[in-house]
Amino acid sequence: MKLLVPVKRVIDYNVKVRVKPDQTGVDLANVKMSMNPFCEIAVEEAVRLREKGAASEIVVVSIGPAQAQETIRTALAMGADRGILIQTDQDVEPLGVAKLLKAVVEAEAPGAVVMGKQAIDGDNNATGQMLAALLGWPQATFASAITITGDSAEVTREVDGGLQTLKVALPAVITADLRLNEPRFASLPNIMKAKKKPIDMKTPADFGVDVAPRLTVLKVTEPPKREGGAKVADAAELVGKLKEAGVI
Amino acid sequence: MSGFLPSDEHRAIEEAVQRICAKYDDAYWAETDETGRFPEAFVADMAEGGWLGTAMPEEFGGAGLGLVEAAIVMRTVTQSGAGFSGASAIHLNIFGAKPIEKFGTDAQKHAWLPGVISGSDKMCFAVTEPDAGLETSAITTRATRTQDGWSITGRKIWTTSAQRADKIMMLARTTPREEVARPTDGLSLFFCDFDRSAIDAKPIPKMGRKAVECNMLFIEDLKVPADALIGEEGKGFKYILSGLNPERVLFAVEAVGLGRAALMKAAQYAKDRVVFGRPIGMNQGVQHPLARAWCELEAAELLAMKAAALFDAGLDCGAEANAAKYLGAEFGFKACEAAVLAHGGMGYAKEYHVERLFRESMIARIAPVSREMILNFVAERVLGLPKSY
Repeated sequence: MKLLVPVKRVIDYNVKVRVKPDQTGVDLANVKMSMNPFCEIAVEEAVRLREKGAASEIVVVSIGPAQAQETIRTALAMGADRGILIQTDQDVEPLGVAKLLKAVVEAEAPGAVVMGKQAIDGDNNATGQMLAALLGWPQATFASAITITGDSAEVTREVDGGLQTLKVALPAVITADLRLNEPRFASLPNIMKAKKKPIDMKTPADFGVDVAPRLTVLKVTEPPKREGGAKVADAAELVGKLKEAGVI
Repeated sequence: MSGFLPSDEHRAIEEAVQRICAKYDDAYWAETDETGRFPEAFVADMAEGGWLGTAMPEEFGGAGLGLVEAAIVMRTVTQSGAGFSGASAIHLNIFGAKPIEKFGTDAQKHAWLPGVISGSDKMCFAVTEPDAGLETSAITTRATRTQDGWSITGRKIWTTSAQRADKIMMLARTTPREEVARPTDGLSLFFCDFDRSAIDAKPIPKMGRKAVECNMLFIEDLKVPADALIGEEGKGFKYILSGLNPERVLFAVEAVGLGRAALMKAAQYAKDRVVFGRPIGMNQGVQHPLARAWCELEAAELLAMKAAALFDAGLDCGAEANAAKYLGAEFGFKACEAAVLAHGGMGYAKEYHVERLFRESMIARIAPVSREMILNFVAERVLGLPKSY
């Protein structure tokens, strides 16, 4: 079975992001970029599924600027077989990404799409769900365990208040949560091998998908600075303070 | 020129090594420094990731890359905060076996290289002696022929990792100094098992990097087979020389990374530490030494990478490699010193880690060649001044 794993290039999770002075977005200049951590978990899971014999080929796809090839190479160094870059300098919204992925799914005919539950830049948590809807496939989101048997997958989901296990018919879209696995480090021999693995270069136009934004960002601001608290001696003082603040 | 602008591959290498190093935090290295425990787990991770074979041929399990890539690996290690405790623990695996690769027979390469590259064999390197120092031709360790090989007797000093090594590469005199045309003739290079019944290794208590010990070796009738001789008899000095420039480049970048590790800690401390109602880093008196250290480390790294690129291109890099080691060591030391001073009293406390890096920064100023000998080299070979020693 072929697995398709979409990966996104985002600001490295260790970087403290800064909002642009004109409040139009986050400053990306000279900022370290890496693979979205949830995408990395998805790649790792795909590689593990192949190691278990449940998958035969892993194709990674990224939508983004030319530099996203580096992100694809990272996935190839982890063990994926080949890559596809749909190159665009535009910030593609979840629906646009889902439409492009649908087109890739139609071209590649994978047995499942394994992807991160969300990207840490937009935190939309939307693409996987939209892709499943567009394809008319079942979806199993927030996976913390995946077992593939024959033409179905058993997926444990992290939901409020516990774990839910469900069975979905394949092909399906499965999105990875944080505790699904701990991604491996790329070894040097695998980094070397990744250099020789092919990356197909495409554009959104190749798939006939219009990725023009449907949303307008009004402004992006930093979260308000947290103010220091105050200690109170007893309950009476607390009530007094709360009254002063007008909350009771 | 490769080495000047990092390629995608170079970034991937740096990032992958960073991720391994991230598992080993300041507390880990402080503990190894306190107890003297060798960083086994770190070395095992580096070996498993294939990093020990960065610059060794693919045929023997390496990656077939060059000095530029090895330099990126080693700089990333020290810069992570691992310092020389991390770098010296793997330094020898990275380039130490090069004489075997360049001058050994096919049988020797196949027998010895895979173990060193995979990390299953731990090698140490014994060249210098108590009464020889940098005057390598004055070594007195003697290898004499036996019926089926050699018998080696003598003393060595500053042999790193001899406590845990199972292989040793050793330079010994095979023809007495008075019987050869040039004093550097008649030295031969051997690679053999570290036979503890014939070699007594005594660790030297020292200033820093307690986790990776240095030793005095007392060698008494060490019997080695005939095929332990690398290349031709009497050419050992030449073989050793061929590895000196890459070693200098690695020391240079290791010192640069070490300085950066200290510098980053100092910059953070200067932002966080508030005195007189504002962070101390708001004062130019604190800023400038740190900013200067940054400039100097960048310059030293550039020269080291130039030397590495020259070496990988098969060009002469003697002047550049020596100068890079000089600058890397001096600026690494200055950066560590500036970092300790920026921390004030806390810089002297082990809790803030910069004192550990500061102690380690002396290593690259002294080893593998002194500052003075580098300046002698540049004066004589680059500027054409008369030889002074």
